Amino acid sequence: MRFKKLQVIFYSVMLNILLVVSANAETENECFETVSRGIFKFNQGFDSIILEPVAKVYNKLPEPVKNGTGNFTSNIATLLSIPNHLLQGEMTLAGHATGSFLVNTTIGILGFGNPAAVLGLKNQKEDLGQTLGAYGVGSGCYFVLPILGPTTVRDSFGMIVDNQYLDAFARVTWHEKEIKNMSGNKLDYVGIKAASAVDFRGDNMLNFESLEKNSIDLYAATKSLYIQDRTKKIKNKESSDDDSWGELDK
Amino acid sequence: MKKKLFFLLSFFFLYYHSLTAVTYNSEPKIFIQELIDDAIKTLADKSITIEEKNAIIEKIALENVDIKALGLYTLGKIRKDLDENTINDYQELFQKYFLKSLTSRLTDYSSQKFEVIESEQKSSNYTIVKSKIAESVKSPEIKIDWRVFTKNPQKPLIRDLIVEGLSLARTQKEEFASILNSNNNDINALIKKLEEFLSS
Repeated sequence: MRFKKLQVIFYSVMLNILLVVSANAETENECFETVSRGIFKFNQGFDSIILEPVAKVYNKLPEPVKNGTGNFTSNIATLLSIPNHLLQGEMTLAGHATGSFLVNTTIGILGFGNPAAVLGLKNQKEDLGQTLGAYGVGSGCYFVLPILGPTTVRDSFGMIVDNQYLDAFARVTWHEKEIKNMSGNKLDYVGIKAASAVDFRGDNMLNFESLEKNSIDLYAATKSLYIQDRTKKIKNKESSDDDSWGELDK
Repeated sequence: MKKKLFFLLSFFFLYYHSLTAVTYNSEPKIFIQELIDDAIKTLADKSITIEEKNAIIEKIALENVDIKALGLYTLGKIRKDLDENTINDYQELFQKYFLKSLTSRLTDYSSQKFEVIESEQKSSNYTIVKSKIAESVKSPEIKIDWRVFTKNPQKPLIRDLIVEGLSLARTQKEEFASILNSNNNDINALIKKLEEFLSS
C-alpha cells in the first residue's frame, strides 16, 4: 500500500517535471551538464573496458549467430512496440508488428529467424518516449544515465512506464510476473538487454571509431545524434529537415 | 619581361588547372552519382598510396563541397557578430579540419557499394539526392541523403550529408555550439580546439 502511494507520488513528480520542462525548454537544454559529462566519461570507460572488447569478439562470430542474436533481441523488443503503436493510433504498424512477432516466434523459431521481413511485415521499434513525442510532449532537458547512456526527461519517464506496465517481456522477467505460464527473472531481462547492446555496438564499430576520431567535443556530438535520432523516430521520417540553412542564403 | 613571365605562368597555371579539375554533370542526381563513382574509383585504386588517395579526395571535396557555407553554418548565429578577418581565419582552419575529418571517414568506408536512388527538389536552392550503401557482411544497409545547393544550376555544391536521418552538418554545428557556449561565445576557444585537432 505504502509502495503504491510512493509510486503515485513518483509518477506525479515526473509528469510535473515533464510538463513544466517541455513547456519552455528546447531539446538543447541540459538538466545538469557537468554531472552528465562526468557520467558520459564513466560510460566511455565502461565502453572501452567492457562493451567494445565484447563487441569485437562478438563480431568474430559466424554471421548466422550474429544475425540470429540481432533477430532474437529485435523480436522481443516488438512486445514493447505493439502497445506503443496502438497508443499512437498506428493500427497498420501495430498489425505489422503483431504479425512479425507471431511469424518470427513460430516459423522463425523463437525469433532467431526473420521470415516476417521476407513476407514484407515491418517491425518498427516504438517506445513510450516516442508515443509521448508523437502527441506533442516536448523532450524536456537532456542528461546521461550511467550505462544506459543519453536520454531526456520525457524518454526516461517513458522508459520507466514501459518497464513497469507496457513491456510484456519486462513484466515477465524484471517484475517476475507469470503470464500464460511463462515466467522469467531479472537475469533474463538484463541478459537480453546486454545482448541487444553488444549487437548494436558490434554493428556500429566503424561509426563509433569514426565519431571518436573526428569529434572535438564527443559529448556534444553524441547528444546531437541522440536528439536527431529521437526526432526522426517520433516523426517517422527518414530525412532531416533543417530550415536553418535558409538563413545562410538570405 | 617580368609581365610576360607573369602572364605565361598564369596561363600555364590556368591551363594545368583546367586539365586536372574534374567537372561533373550539373543535374544533382547525376552529379552525385558521378562524384561517388569518382571517389570510389580513387579509393579502390591499389596502384596509388593513401596520401595520393587523400589528395585526390581533398581535391574533389574542394571543388564540389560548399566548405565556406558549411563553415558559416556550423558557426551558427555567432557569425553575425564576428569581423571579416576573424571569419577568414576561422574559415581557413575549418577547411583544414573538414578535409582531415573527411579523408579519415572515407578511408573507413572505402569497401562499400553505393547506389544513388532518387532526387527531390526542396526549393530553387536545394535538392536532396537519396542514396544508399548496400548491405554487406560487415554492416546493414545505410541510407545517405545529400543536400545539394543548386543556387547556381550550372555548378551544384554539396552542403550536407544526412546519414540515416542524422545530419552531419547539424551534428558539427551543435558540437561547435557546445564549445562556444561553455566559453562565453569566444571564437578563440573554438579555434584553439580546431588547432588541437589538426595537430593531433
